[in-house]
Formats: sequence, structure tokens, C-alpha cells
Amino acid sequence: MTKSDYTNLVKQYSPGSKIAQNCLRAFVVGGAICVVGQLIMNVLLAGGMVRDDASLLTACALIIIAIVLTAMGTYSKIGKFAGAGSAVPITGFANAITAPAIEYKKEGLVMGVGAKLFIVAGPVLVYGAMASVVVGIFYYLFGGGR
Amino acid sequence: MTILWAFIIGGLICVAGQLLIDLTQLTPARILVIFVVAGCLLSGMGLYQWLVDLAGAGALVPLPGFGHVLAQGVKKAIDERGWIGIFTGGFAAMAGGVTVAIVFGYIAALVTKPSGSAAM
Repeated sequence: MTKSDYTNLVKQYSPGSKIAQNCLRAFVVGGAICVVGQLIMNVLLAGGMVRDDASLLTACALIIIAIVLTAMGTYSKIGKFAGAGSAVPITGFANAITAPAIEYKKEGLVMGVGAKLFIVAGPVLVYGAMASVVVGIFYYLFGGGR
Repeated sequence: MTILWAFIIGGLICVAGQLLIDLTQLTPARILVIFVVAGCLLSGMGLYQWLVDLAGAGALVPLPGFGHVLAQGVKKAIDERGWIGIFTGGFAAMAGGVTVAIVFGYIAALVTKPSGSAAM
């Protein structure tokens, strides 16, 4: 191995370039998922829907698309490429709900599917509830609540 | 124009998540929790709405946007019902998305054979 080969190898395996590549992939895929969401939302808004309902339905549409892709095994392939790019959008949340439920269905409909649907969703809901109550208390005491 | 900002802001939020994965030992599940809580607290302090106004789905689709929905829901419920809203607002606001995810996730689990490849 020549010196330049070695330099190239070091470059190839150095964490810096790996992280940069991961971030680029996360940026492109995550951004693209948000663009799909924005396109859906634009169609709903153009149809005369109020903004709150349009964002809710957009989230629901993305969730359903992600669940179908999860069931087909496609979402995990996207995830291997995109990392956080497909984990951080709401589609990643839908994948995190569905994938364990599929994998553990042999444990039964109650403790398999029923429980494993919440293996990642559970913590998100628990801490989401805690945070919303904290926000609520502050808002009630200091910000315009009755 | 919103579409361009949706791409940029949505992408950048995902890059923040990727950096957390690569530079810390945080698991994706912990990052999801952190992002929802961060979005909720930022929105509660009034620091997230401008991002939604700028980037639309770029701020709403990533999980901090989920936290934003929680915070806005709790504020709205408090405006309407007083202190009871502290406890009802968050879950009421996310009920639609979570219920859709549960129902379709459940159906998907029933009709799909485990392959060991569905998980990320």
C-alpha cells in the first residue's frame, strides 16, 4: 500500500466525512418528505380547508403513506440510507409505531400487536403529555389563560 | 416559496437529529422524545410559530412540529375551558394523528408477515 492509498483509506473511514455524508442524506430525504407534506397541504388549502384541519390531514396522509411503506419493507430501506432524515419526520413516528407491531405479532393481538404499537409511541406520548402540561401550567398562570 | 423553505427547514431539523445520532450515543427513540418535548416547550414560549409561518410543513412535519401541536392545543383548551385545559389540551390536539397511526398500524400488523426488515 502506497502512502497516498493509505491517506485515501484514512479519509474514507474518518468519522468527519461519514458524518457529513449522513447529514447530507438526512437533509435531502428529510427535506423531501416535508416538501411532500407541503404539496399535500397546498392542495387541501386550495380546496378551501381551514389551516388547522389541513395540517392535521397532511400529517394523517403522511402517516398512512409511511405505514404502507413500512408494511412493504420499503421504509426500512429508506431509513438505512437517510438515517434521521426518515426518522425525525412524522413518517418516522408512524414507522416506529408499525414496525414493532408487525415484528411481534406472533406474541398475540394483545401483548404482541397491542403492546408493541406503543414501544416507541409510548415514550413519545408520555413525555409529550408531560411537556404539554408544563406549557399549560405556565400559560394558565402567566399567559392569557383565565 | 413555502415549498423551498419547507425543504430547507425540514432538512435542517433532520440534520440536527442526524448530528445527535452521530455525535452522541442517543438512540433514535430518545431523539424522537427530545424533539417532541423541545418542540412543545419552544412553542409554549412562543418561539416556534414563526418557523411554521415561514416553512409550513417544513416545521410541522418533523417531530418538533408534533410538540408544537401539543403546545398550541393546550393553550387553546385553556382559553376555552380554563385550568381543565391544562390536562385535556395536549392529547386532544394530537388525538387525530395518533388514532390514525394506531388504526392503520394495527391493520398493517394484521395483514403483514413479519420479515425482520420492517424496523428501521
